[in-house]
Amino acid sequence: MRSPFARFLVRRVVTALLLAVGITLVTFVLTNLVPGDPAAANLGQRALGDPAIVAQWRSDHGLDRPLPQQYLMHLAGLLHGDLGTSQQSHRPVLDDLAQSVPATLELAGAAILVSLVLGVGFGVVAALRRDRFADHVLRVLSLIGISVPTFWLALVAFYVFFFRLQVTPGSGRIDPGMTPPPQVTGLYTVDALLSGRWEVFSSAVGHLAAPALVLALYTIGLLTRFTRSAVLEVLGQDYVRAARAKGLPGRVVLFRYVLRPALVPIITVAGLAFGSLLSGTVLVEAVFAWPGVGQYAYKSATTLDLPAVMGVGLVVGVVYLVINLVVDVLYGVIDPRVRVS
Amino acid sequence: MKRGGLFGRTRVSRLPQAWRRPLAVVGVVVALVWIVVALAAPVLAPHDPLAQELPRLAPPGPGHWLGTDQLGRDILSRIMYGARVSIPLTLLLVALSVVVGGLLGACAGYFGRWVDETIMRLADLVFAFPTVILAMVVAAALGASLGNAVLAVLVVAWPAYARVTRGLVLGVREREFVLSGRLLGFSAWRSLRVDVLPNVTGPVLVLATLDIGTALLLLSGLSFLGLGAKPPSPEWGAMVAAGVDVFDSWWVATFPGLAILTVVLAFNFLGDTLRDALDPRTARAIKERAL
Amino acid sequence: MKAESRTAALTIEGLRVSIGDQEILHGVDLTLEAGRVHGLAGESGSGKTMTGLAVLGLLPHGSRTSGRITFGGRDLLGMPAGELNKVRGAKVAMVFQDPATSLHPMLTVERQLTEHMRHHLGIGRKEARERAAGLLAKVRIPGPEEALGRYPHQFSGGMRQRIAIAVALACDPEVLIADEPTTALDVTVQAGILRLLRGLCDDLGLAVLLVTHDLGVMSAVADEVSVMKDGLVVETGPRGRVLREPDHPYTRSLLDALPVPPGENSP
Repeated sequence: MRSPFARFLVRRVVTALLLAVGITLVTFVLTNLVPGDPAAANLGQRALGDPAIVAQWRSDHGLDRPLPQQYLMHLAGLLHGDLGTSQQSHRPVLDDLAQSVPATLELAGAAILVSLVLGVGFGVVAALRRDRFADHVLRVLSLIGISVPTFWLALVAFYVFFFRLQVTPGSGRIDPGMTPPPQVTGLYTVDALLSGRWEVFSSAVGHLAAPALVLALYTIGLLTRFTRSAVLEVLGQDYVRAARAKGLPGRVVLFRYVLRPALVPIITVAGLAFGSLLSGTVLVEAVFAWPGVGQYAYKSATTLDLPAVMGVGLVVGVVYLVINLVVDVLYGVIDPRVRVS
Repeated sequence: MKRGGLFGRTRVSRLPQAWRRPLAVVGVVVALVWIVVALAAPVLAPHDPLAQELPRLAPPGPGHWLGTDQLGRDILSRIMYGARVSIPLTLLLVALSVVVGGLLGACAGYFGRWVDETIMRLADLVFAFPTVILAMVVAAALGASLGNAVLAVLVVAWPAYARVTRGLVLGVREREFVLSGRLLGFSAWRSLRVDVLPNVTGPVLVLATLDIGTALLLLSGLSFLGLGAKPPSPEWGAMVAAGVDVFDSWWVATFPGLAILTVVLAFNFLGDTLRDALDPRTARAIKERAL
Repeated sequence: MKAESRTAALTIEGLRVSIGDQEILHGVDLTLEAGRVHGLAGESGSGKTMTGLAVLGLLPHGSRTSGRITFGGRDLLGMPAGELNKVRGAKVAMVFQDPATSLHPMLTVERQLTEHMRHHLGIGRKEARERAAGLLAKVRIPGPEEALGRYPHQFSGGMRQRIAIAVALACDPEVLIADEPTTALDVTVQAGILRLLRGLCDDLGLAVLLVTHDLGVMSAVADEVSVMKDGLVVETGPRGRVLREPDHPYTRSLLDALPVPPGENSP
């Protein structure tokens, strides 16, 4: 094959595909772990009374076939977009999810941006000012950041900033009574900008602020800690000392010799951080009435709507997989040594 | 002039320097306080945590220092009894993860080949999901109960330990004393137990201490979602969930959350200090001389 | 013996270094002359590497220094960072022990050769590239043009050290400090590197400080030898005299510890 980079890419994509199959296997196995009859879970009360209907349903869904065959049917269904039907909404899970994904993307996107800027920034400062006052303060703050229960913080923030102080707008993505901007990306902020509707834009940003910050706290703490240790690790390396021996100006040494190698572990953590953000949405969206995947997952979990829960697990798992693939590829771009391994 | 080594080499102090940091002290004190509360709750708690005898949704005040919930139960007492639920379970959870993950990882590292492959692929699969999502999915599949929630967190937690132990075992496996043990006729199991494992426990312990906080957050998170403790159990996450509907009675959700926060913080302070103390790099940097 | 007057390129007087509460160097004196290789020998912990690092102000976090390091009529120890940066790389350069870790893993060879060249000498990209290729040729890297586009991990240990030496020479420095340049390399490759260093010293009139624990290396290339023990120079003199008729008992014990007397296994 042509370049080592292309080979590297192909290898990563193949691994990702295999993992994706693994994810479907996991959700399939878990669905079949559920004690109780899936027919009972999916059919209405009256239908359950009639054995013929039940038998028909079971045969339709291949429940009388051997497990491996059921898995293949399941897989085929997935590829056709059949993720089952939600017991709550009685709509296909896929539709429910498709509707809620943009909202979560917007929230998680805002949160990861804030986390990266603040987290990496604080981490670098803490490393460069090692053992001085700023370092100690940042370390304690980041420790607190990763110790706060997200669901609790969401409640507290909502109570304090909305209910008591009336500083942030209430639930939802924009003010009630305002119509959402024409849909291009599904992200209200971006769409509002694209159609020049400033009031909608500022309303959307206002509503985004509180949940995004709550969501970001944990990842800011995580990224600060990690960046600090990654940068310290690099600062101790011979090549940094050699760079200073060459008389290169401080800024060059910082960016080219310290930050660039440190970026590699930082990007890994950023990928993990995004995963924890996705997790966090489950705990945060419900409180802020943010109509995203998290809220859907929350409702499904609290009502034990299994098809929906599995659907969420599957979709989120795949999204996370894609993110990690992107991270892997970025490695290869930044660090040429990785392409050979 | 005195030399304060990181491990107190000279007779300066009996406590290693790292432990004299304020963070570690705070961490130990808070953790101990909670453990005492958990042990002595039946004696310390002013009210029965399940009794619904007090005025409902009463704000903090005399007789109910942290307020009461919508069923007239004293929140302070419930938090104290909640410690008896959350803390032992979390510690058990981490211990189980260490044992299961550690054993699997050690086997993977030691025996290699297909054992290694299978275990690592399983670990990859778990890592492919964001933690809460996977825990949520497993807990939902198994059925909502505290025991199943513990299992769900276990499923999510073991791979980290497996990876670490595997790496450590791989590092130690090729060392002379292990090889000579095998040459002397030790069986693989004996070699693993006697030569390899003792060298692996240090870093794993640090990881475990830092993990206690994460485990508690996950466990209470699952209970918050209704996938863990069932009412009327005074589990902290479930208590916060109960506070969602009556959020203008802020005390119902705030205090249990604070309880979680303080416990997690205490163990994180502890774990961080442990890690600094045991980090060979920091120790080496202090001993660094001209070479 | 030749009676040429030699110019002292760099002089270290009474150098003391402390890290934390420990005093590492207790007053080191050393003189480097242009066109001569000065070997600095000693065991681990003697302070020889610290001496080299002190010249360029590269001591670890939290170090304190006193004494004088004179170069070009100025004291390097007291110099502010901005001034020192103009000396580093341009006038005084350093080669480190392990080229696997002292070269940036993610930058091409060309970049690592030219970045300080362009910074100190202000030359353009094309000219820098030509100079870089010339430098690689001077250190005997085969195929210098292609080598420029590769990364350090694509070369063998010996080649990497040659590249590191080329990097050090990029701005025509007057002084070269080589800290254990052959220790991390295979025995078969060491001789070549030493020959290279000796050749460069003679051709370019460099003042070379060669720090090493290996007396065999010393005997192969050094003109002057200083022996360090516990942060002090215990003996100094021409190589032949020191290695054959040492004054100090410590030097004698070092020599006695060798399996083969130095001077009998020069490359």
